[in-house]
Amino acid sequence: MNRSLVIHVFLFFVYLFVQVILLRNISLFNKAFCFLYIAYILSLPIDSNRILLMLIAFVLGFLIDIFYDSLGMHTAALVAVAFFRNTWLQLIAPQGGYDEGPTLAANGVQWFLVYSIPMVGLHHLLLFFIEAGGFSMIGFTLTKAFSSMALTLIVMLLLQYLVIRRRR
Amino acid sequence: MERLLYFFFQYRAFFTFLLLEILAGWMIIQNNQYQSVKYFNTSNQIAANLVSISQGVRDYFWLKKVNEDLAAENTFLRTELERQNRILQGGDSVDQKAIDQFDFVHAKVINNSVSRFKNYITINQGLRSGIEPGMAVISTKGVVGKVKSVSEHYAVLISLLNVDEYISSAVKRTNNFGTIHWNGTDPEYADLLYIPRHVKLAIQDSVVTSGYNAIFPPDILVGIVEEVSLREDAPFFEIKVKLAQDFHRLAYVKVIRSKLKPEVDSLEFATIGEPK
Repeated sequence: MNRSLVIHVFLFFVYLFVQVILLRNISLFNKAFCFLYIAYILSLPIDSNRILLMLIAFVLGFLIDIFYDSLGMHTAALVAVAFFRNTWLQLIAPQGGYDEGPTLAANGVQWFLVYSIPMVGLHHLLLFFIEAGGFSMIGFTLTKAFSSMALTLIVMLLLQYLVIRRRR
Repeated sequence: MERLLYFFFQYRAFFTFLLLEILAGWMIIQNNQYQSVKYFNTSNQIAANLVSISQGVRDYFWLKKVNEDLAAENTFLRTELERQNRILQGGDSVDQKAIDQFDFVHAKVINNSVSRFKNYITINQGLRSGIEPGMAVISTKGVVGKVKSVSEHYAVLISLLNVDEYISSAVKRTNNFGTIHWNGTDPEYADLLYIPRHVKLAIQDSVVTSGYNAIFPPDILVGIVEEVSLREDAPFFEIKVKLAQDFHRLAYVKVIRSKLKPEVDSLEFATIGEPK
């Protein structure tokens, strides 16, 4: 138990620094961005307390906002993800429940996509519409949100496959 | 009372959610306010150190281009210096205050973005160099933005590429005034608003700052008119301006300290009333 706690605290900082130092500089065609830090909230243990999840999401979102000069936006989107995560996990639980964490290695690629696409989608739509400050540029905002979703999901999948290979 | 507490306890997750979202919403609104001294942004010491490391790596990719720009600026400044010297020798009847109304603080960009709706730039000069919120920022090419918040050694600027930013400007050839505003899509183009339809515009007209707000000196280049269209029933042109400064590779900027701004402001305040 203690060991996994240390790992999760460590991963928190890894995701934070990777996001603000590396991924913050990446933007494809000024439209696609990579917000990999959601993967941290998605990867926390299945039986995590929902309130704790939201508090972690709040702190992580806040720290990321400082670096993006967008105080509150990432926080709002990430807290929403943390709120709906457990409910969504319950709804898509495989027969017999979960044995391990919410990873691709434990539950297969199909489950992982079903799990992550709506969560990433929720986060990105919220984030980009808050950033746009309304629906006045709906087409452009949607383009941004969906292209970023694709990029974030690809990077998340690659990361999951890397973890599988290391375990073998 | 007990039932009320039980109710809150039962839905505690939802209420925590609500509370945190309200907190986040409050932060968004606070941050949207135009000028404010803020600690939780990249002018924060720790955050600024981190982003300047990552900018340091990126700088290498632009070294050649930035060098060319700096060399070009050097030659320009030298000729400008000569000209100024001649003017100064010419006569002493000019108001000294008006001559050095503006002075410049040079700063290096340590953080910049172009692809969001609200883009901000962080520079490595702050309170120590006399920078204050509201000051104008230009580069060798043209207008960059305004200072939003300042810390001891760093400052965050509202980029021209920010949908909240409006800059009073004019078409240089015809002297018609309008407002430059970025619409949030293409970082190379902005719109020039409120140019009435009787004006005869031409492609390639240059758009400069008007100098009406005493923040920007007049005649700083903003961009070049690229496309002009006029709808049947519209009172104003739709003008697309190609920005003079390529924000993708912004490396060095100059912050303008306007010494007469307090005077202009207090005069306007006395005449018109408090600004919104």
